[in-house]
Formats: sequence, C-alpha cells, structure tokens
Amino acid sequence: MPSLVDAARSQVGRKILSGITGILLGIFIIFHLIGNLTLFGSEQAFNIYSHTLESMGIFLYLFEIGLVLVFLVHAYIGVAIWLRKRKRRPVGYEKYSSMGDPSKQTFSSRSMIFTGIILLIFTVTHVATFKYGDTQMITVDGTQMKDLKALVINTFQNPWYVIYYIVVMILLGFHLRHGAWSAFTSLTMKGGTKTSAVVYTVGTIFAVLMAVGFLFIPLYIYATGGTGALIAS
Amino acid sequence: MSNDNMQFDLKIWKQEDGDSQGAFQEYHMEGVSEDMSFLEMLDLLNEKLIKNGDEPVEFDYDCREGICGACSLVVNGIAHGPKEETPVCELYMREFEDGQEIVIEPWRAAAFPVIKDLVVDRSAFDRIMAAGGYISTKTGSAPEANTIAVDKEDADKAFDYATCIGCGACVAACPNSSASLFTGAKISHLSLLPQGKHERKERAVRMVEQMEKEGFGDCSNHAECEAVCPVGISISAIARMRKEYMRAVTES
Ligand code: SF4
Ligand code: FES
Repeated sequence: MPSLVDAARSQVGRKILSGITGILLGIFIIFHLIGNLTLFGSEQAFNIYSHTLESMGIFLYLFEIGLVLVFLVHAYIGVAIWLRKRKRRPVGYEKYSSMGDPSKQTFSSRSMIFTGIILLIFTVTHVATFKYGDTQMITVDGTQMKDLKALVINTFQNPWYVIYYIVVMILLGFHLRHGAWSAFTSLTMKGGTKTSAVVYTVGTIFAVLMAVGFLFIPLYIYATGGTGALIAS
Repeated sequence: MSNDNMQFDLKIWKQEDGDSQGAFQEYHMEGVSEDMSFLEMLDLLNEKLIKNGDEPVEFDYDCREGICGACSLVVNGIAHGPKEETPVCELYMREFEDGQEIVIEPWRAAAFPVIKDLVVDRSAFDRIMAAGGYISTKTGSAPEANTIAVDKEDADKAFDYATCIGCGACVAACPNSSASLFTGAKISHLSLLPQGKHERKERAVRMVEQMEKEGFGDCSNHAECEAVCPVGISISAIARMRKEYMRAVTES
C-alpha cells in the first residue's frame, strides 16, 4: 500500500487535496465577504472589525500562514495539472466540441487555470493595497486603530481600481462555479446524475452570490462617491 | 422515402504509422444512403478508393453492434459522434445533414498512440486491467450459482458499470485525456460484488497507479466522459474509484 504522502501525490490524492484546499478557500471568502459587509454597518463597524482581527496577534499570523499555505497548495496542484495535461495530448484535435449535458464542460471549467492565475495575482495586489496601504490612525471609544474604512473608500474613488475589482470578481465567479461543483464531486465521492445536477446548481448559486457580493462593494462606493445611504458616517 | 443520395465532404486524418507526421485528406462522397451506418459509409469510401488504386482509410471495428468497443472515431469533434449513448458503429448517416462537412479524427491521447490513420493502440487499457481488473478464483468446475447471494441493487449497479466496453471514448473526449471513467467503471464493477471484495484494496491502488504510469491525465470533473460514453457510464464510477482508493490507503 502506498504511504499517505504517496497517496496525496497520486491522481486521486491530488484531486482530493485540490478539493479540500478549494473548500477551505471558499469558506474563507464567505467570512471575508461577511466581514466586508460591516462597511455597511455602523460608522466604525468595519474599523472595529479589522482592529479586532489585528489584535489577535500571534493567532492572526498563524491563521495567515495557514491561509497562504492552503492557497499555494491549491495553486500548485492546479498549475501542475495544467502543465501535465499538455503532455497528455501532444497532438490536439482539429475540431473539438462538447457533447453537452450531462457534461459540465463550460467556459468555467476550461478556464480554471486562467481565472486561477488572475486570482493569484489579484490576491497579491489586493493585500498590498489594503493590508499594507497607508492609513491614518483614529481613536474609537478610546482605542487607537487604523482607519481602514477611509482607505477602502478612497481607493474605490479611482475608477480603474473599481473596474479591476469588478472584472476580477466576475472571474472569481466563473472559477467558483466549476470549483464548487468539482470540489464537492471529488470530496463527497458521489457522482450520480441527480446528485450532480443539484451540486452543480447549488455551486452556481454560491458562485453568483460571492461574485455579486464582492463586486457590489467597490461599485457602490464608486457610484455614490463613498457617501451612499448604506455607508454610515 | 429514404434519401439514398446524400453527399458529404469528408476530412479524414491520414497517418502512415506512429513515427510519421499525419495530415488531413479531403474526400468527396456521393451516393450515401441515410440508412447506412457511419462505418458503412466509410466502407463505401474505401471500396471506391481501392477500385481507383488508392490507399483505403484504416479504421477500427469488430462487432458493429455496440458490444466490442473497437470502433473509435472522433466525428466533428465528438468521440463516437453526435448521438448520445451510441458508439460510432451504430451511428446512422441520417443523423447528418446532406452536403455537410464531416471531420474524422482518431482518439487523441499520448497514451493511445496512432498506429495508422484512425487506428490507435489501446493496449494501455489492457495493462490497467492486468494491474487489477480481475478476481482471483479457482478454475475448474463452476461453483453452484446461488451459494453467494448478491443484493439485487448491488447486482444491478455492478452490471451498469460492467457494461463499459473499453472503447476509450472517455479518454478521447476528456480535455485532460484522463482514463478515470474507464478505470472507475472497472473498479466499481468489481468492488460491488462479493467475489471482488477480497482484492478491492490492491485492485484500486494498482489500477490507479497503472493509469498514471500509462500517461493518462488528471480528472478535472469536466464530466465530458459521461456525455460521450456509448453505454452511459456515470461519473459516479469516478467517485467510487476515489472512495476505493482512499479506503485502501487509510484502512490498514
Ligand atoms: S467508460 Fe464508456 S467511454 Fe470509457 S471506455 Fe468504458 S464504455 Fe468507453
Ligand atoms: S464495432 Fe464493436 S462496438 Fe462499435
């Protein structure tokens, strides 16, 4: 019998690992979105939320390291599969088309490598903008904290940033549409036709919710000049 | 009245042998009956070619009734052509439009090298089978059939997976050239039956390893394989393969 390490590197193991890391990232973005929505809460809700995270100290670092590892494993498997796939069919088809249902081959599934790489680059720029961006210090209820909310609102006054975020969030939606289906199929180890249809539909709804949720924020801030009714000040 | 004079512009892959470069050749076909099977249409083409002293087009077939798995053509970009759950030997020309262009290509995968024209070497599948797609049993007089009871439901499921004819369309259609549906069908078939349960762990591990050794790609859950499979093997076979493999490596 292969060791667990060998098993993780086998075709089956890689797929399961890709699914687990994908689901962890999916859970992360759900919480990320919920956190972001505090922008629409009380005046300082977003700053208090981010300050609470920052004051977790060592735990936050551990969490961040874990997240980076999960991200890298996920990206590594995806890139490796893509590189290998090119060797598996050295001569391509003159004409190729999908048979259609029950095939789940779509723009989403075929562009995972492209949307994935864009998301990787995006994540780096996104962290640079907001985690390491310039912020003023403010005092809320006697506690000193970064005014991240101001940074967010100022950043999204720039239309190029807004367009960049919207485009990437749409690509995120495409990535999640195939990703959610694929991860659940790999992990639940079910693939009956009925289950598949349900999983695919639920995955698509999740993808749309995430994409729309995330892109709504920059769009709303830009459209209302940061003073919309949803943003308390 | 059936149409006996359909015309087609065929664009067919021609390749001398595994070492040569292939290229497409175009043939104009007339006098095709809509009641001809796709392979009969190619027979007609070959008769004409032979009569003219030209080289016929090589393609694989045996039973021509959907049970052997020998026929293997990618027709207009779809393995086994446009009709669902139908191998190309049971595809009829009435599925096509008169005057249409038809592109015919071999299965394309590094693990299925071209032997000649549209014929590919699928011995990689035989080696996956040899790695574990069997049960070990005593030969000699057959045991009494009813000594081992099999649940009706399991028997039905096992039978569904057992209908895989080993054609390789799943590999041909997969964007990654993965053989997961074939291997999954074989593993699932045997793992569901009492006779196959004893060797299930070794079987799953060996067959999955062999699949990789042969140069088949990763499964990305595109599910294109299920759509082209001439006998409708569901991707639940792949799910079962994963489960069998994980069971083998996690249970001691
Ligand atoms: S699973 Fe279907 S497509 Fe694949 S080899 Fe078996 S019969 Fe052919
Ligand atoms: S020739 Fe036997 S299945 Fe098509």
